This record gives sequence, C-alpha cells and structure tokens, in this order.
Amino acid sequence: MGLKKYFSKKANRNEFYTALICLFPSLVIGMTFVIIPIIMVVYLSFTKWDLISETKKFIGLANYIYLLKNPKFLKSVANTFYFAAVQIPLDLVFSLFFAFLLDKKIRGLRFFRAIYFAPVVTSMVAVSAIWLWFYDPQFGLFNYILKQIGLSPLKWLYDPHLAMLSIVIMSVWKGLGYNIVIFLAGLQNIPESYYEAADIDGANNWEKFKHITLPLLSPVTYFIILISVINSFKVFTQISVMTPRGGPLYSTGVIVFYIYQQAFEGYKIGRASAAAMILFLGVLAITFVQRRIGEKRVHYT
Amino acid sequence: MKENSSKFYIYIILIFFGVLMFFPFVWMFISSFKGISDIYTYPPRIFPKKWIFTNYKEVLNMIPFLRYYINSIFVATSSTFLQVLVSVLAAFAFSRLQFPGKNILFMMYLGTLIMPLQVTLIPKFLIVANLKWLDSYQGLIVPVLFNTFSIFFLRQFFSTIPKELEDAAKIDGCGHFTFLFKIVIPLSKPAIGTIALFSFLMEWRSYIWPLIIINKDEMRTLPIGLKYLISEGGGEYHLLMAAAVMTIAPVLIIFFLSEKQFIKGITLTGLKG
Repeated sequence: MGLKKYFSKKANRNEFYTALICLFPSLVIGMTFVIIPIIMVVYLSFTKWDLISETKKFIGLANYIYLLKNPKFLKSVANTFYFAAVQIPLDLVFSLFFAFLLDKKIRGLRFFRAIYFAPVVTSMVAVSAIWLWFYDPQFGLFNYILKQIGLSPLKWLYDPHLAMLSIVIMSVWKGLGYNIVIFLAGLQNIPESYYEAADIDGANNWEKFKHITLPLLSPVTYFIILISVINSFKVFTQISVMTPRGGPLYSTGVIVFYIYQQAFEGYKIGRASAAAMILFLGVLAITFVQRRIGEKRVHYT
Repeated sequence: MKENSSKFYIYIILIFFGVLMFFPFVWMFISSFKGISDIYTYPPRIFPKKWIFTNYKEVLNMIPFLRYYINSIFVATSSTFLQVLVSVLAAFAFSRLQFPGKNILFMMYLGTLIMPLQVTLIPKFLIVANLKWLDSYQGLIVPVLFNTFSIFFLRQFFSTIPKELEDAAKIDGCGHFTFLFKIVIPLSKPAIGTIALFSFLMEWRSYIWPLIIINKDEMRTLPIGLKYLISEGGGEYHLLMAAAVMTIAPVLIIFFLSEKQFIKGITLTGLKG
C-alpha cells in the first residue's frame, strides 16, 4: 500500500502516532547516547585533541599508526588476549564440571546452585577488596597457606608474571556460577531417553558424555563461548580496582584500561578514540570468526 | 549401590568446593569485626582476638558512605524504572503496532548491540559534559535508559500475547495505550520483573561510567566510593571488610530471597541464545 494511501486511513494514522509516541523516548536517547557517539568516536580517532583546546587537529591515520607500533598499546592487547585465553577455558571446564555434578539428581540442588552463583551477584569492587587482602604478600591468607604446605610465598599482584593470573583466578571465581546455571539448564534439557537408549546399547559414562552430552550441549557451549570472549575484551573494573596503575610492568593493563588511561588521565582523546575503534573492530572480527566456526561445529537437533 | 557411592562422592566434591566458593564472604564478614592488630599479624587469624564493633561506624565517619549508598539506590531505582518504561513502550510498538519502516528501524535498534559501550565512553562523556550533566543524577541515569536487550526481550514476550485479546479489546473500544497498560503489562509481569531485576543489578554495579563522569565526592555511587576507599585507605583491611559487608550483604540477602526468580531469568536469557 502506498504511503499516501496508508496515511489517508484514520486508523493507520492513529497507529502511526501511537508508535511514534512509544518509540520517541528510546529514539531520542538512542540517537543521543548511542548513534551520535559512534559517529563521534570514529571522527575523534582521526584527530589530535587534549579535551581543553578549542580546536581539534585532523591528523588522518596517525593515531592508528602510532598505536600499532606502540609497545604499551600492544602490551595491552596482549594482556587482554592473555586474560581471555586463561579465564575462558578455566571458566568453561569448571562450570561444565559443576553443572554436570549438579545435574545428577542430588538433593539440595537449589542450595548448591545458589551458593555457587552468589559471587556473581556481588559487587566486583567489594569482592576485589577481599581478594586484595588474600593476595597481600605479607599478611595475606594465600601466602600463609603456601608456606604451610611448604611452598615459598608469591608476590601475586606485584609479580609481573603473576599479576594477571591473580586477576584471572579472582575473575573465574566471581563468574563461574553464571555459566554453571546456564550449562545446568542446557544439561537438564537433554532428554533422559537418549541416555537410557545408550545404556541399552552398553555405552559407558565417557561414551555417553562424548556422544550425547557434548553434542547436545553444543549450542549452549557455543553461546557461552561467544559471550565470554566478548566480555573478556571489555574487562576493566577489577583491573582498575586491584591494579590502578596497570600492574607491575603494565602486565594487567588491558585494552579498555589503556583507553581509560589515555583519555581520562592522559587527555589524549584522539589516540584513545583510535584505540577504542581498534577494540571495536577486534570484537567485530572475532565475533564474525566465531560465528563462522560455530555454524559448522554446533549440532542442532 | 554403585549409584549411592558415586552420589556420595559428588556430594563431597560439591560441598568442598561450595565451601571454597563461599569462603571469601565468610572471611569478609568475620574480618569486619577485627581490629588493626588482627590484620597485621602473622600467622593470619581467622577469628579476631577481640571482636571490635566499631569498624562499621568508623567507615561511616571516614567517608560519606551513607551518601554513596543513597546515590546508588536512587540512581539504580530511577534508571530501572525509567528503563523499563522506555523499553516497554518501544517493545510494544515493535510487537503490537504496524507502521511503515518498522522492520528497518528494529534492525537498527538491534544493530546497536554490536557496539560495546566501552568504545563510546569518550563521546558519551563529551555529550554529557556539554549538557552540563557531569556530577549529576541525570548524567548517570539518562544514558543507560536505551537498552536494546530489554527491548528485544520484551518484544519477544509481547509477541506471544494472543491477537484475540487485542481484537476483543478493540471491540470494547480500547485504544492502544489502554490495551498496553490494562492488558499487556499485567500479563507480562514475569518478563518485566526479570528485566527490572537485571537492570537494577547492572545499574547498581555500574563502574566505569560513574568513574568517568563523577568527580564530586558527594555524588559518587557505592562502587566508586568503595574504590577510592580501597586505593586511599589500602592497608586498613578491617575497615575495607566492613565497607564490603555493607555493600555486599543487602545484595546477597535479596539474592537468596529471590533466588528462584534470578535463576529463571538467567536461564531464559542464556538459553535464548
């Protein structure tokens, strides 16, 4: 139906105005705080600006070239990858393990699930305070435990080789419950009859896991990995609270932390925006790659 | 009996790790009653030598903790309420109304999902600064009211409301808004509740945005206030633990009370993917 004809009917006009009213708030806010900022960050990434000067200097790709050669930025990228590469597998393995156990028709399922999920709902900042103390090289609990079992104490957050791992461990503890809940739901969705049929065929536990559980769980696993990867690129809070300077030898400075420092501590708006654009493109690329791989490997019934 | 023995081992493992998982909270709580001598002591003590009850008061005196709390409550509640409102309206339009360009517009809304908010922090900051909304409640609340996920989730739910109800309402002379407020919303209470819960939690724990736009101490939200307490009062773990308890305890209590709703919501959002 042509637009003119459409608007000639009163009912249609009414519906249109209603829709307009309904969409108005989200449109305005979305334009102002999502669309326009996207355009702005692209533009700013081609400028040199210190937030205070009247003029922004257009410098083309200079920011990008600088970043791709800059050791600190490259370290931040490496740190982010390290975080993702350690945190995600640890999280996946443990959460699947616990979900698997919880799926075994045990009593007190709700209770256990709530306990494992509890860290997820708590404040990252508050939790960081506790773990900062655990990791304290002199008075922290962890070094005490190490000494008790005959190992030497570690410098944890002060050790360039350990700082990021310490953050990862805390992050895994904090986020585990979330994936446990999702895996558990996925496991509970697998019909009992499949396992019964396998039992009749004489399959052992490992075979059942490999040929029934894992394939039928693959959509859920795929979803979790996708979300986890994207989230790991956005990590910031615990870095900012536990290692406000980016850790020893900048070993915990992740990309978002780098962007934050450049923009709000260094006032290098152009450079920070370029870094943000690189982050965006990276997330986009990885998502794209993952979807490609995922489409092939995920088993849908 | 093999069944029983393997179940036994499962319980052992679950209990063991359950204790480990929850231990940091127990430590936090007990340590909030320690004095400074219990902190700087070796070997570390689990229980305080002498239970001190003044840490909480001391934290409240040192920093405007109560003010941070009120700020957080106000900001989180307002943004949740308003975000739900904005999302419900948009979801209603996309699911129950017909208008030209609907599909394209919806695609555009969905398109915003690819943009992580960490990427647009700088321009958002500039816009908020230009609006003179730095160090303000509006600066904290308004930018987060656009939540594509909430709109998408509610739209899915609204779509399941049978057309017959809508037709019946029309016959009775109900306009669109009456239909929305008198029928759609009451029927969607679980979905709206889930969205509200998640929004509230996200806003309550929002960190990088308040960090960027708030400078005045009295406008700080709880996470930010706590962060500065940690970075400036680093060594006083007993006080930090008291502050941590005040931050975490309400959330944990609410969680344990509404655990079913929570888990249901997570599974819904998780499995939809």
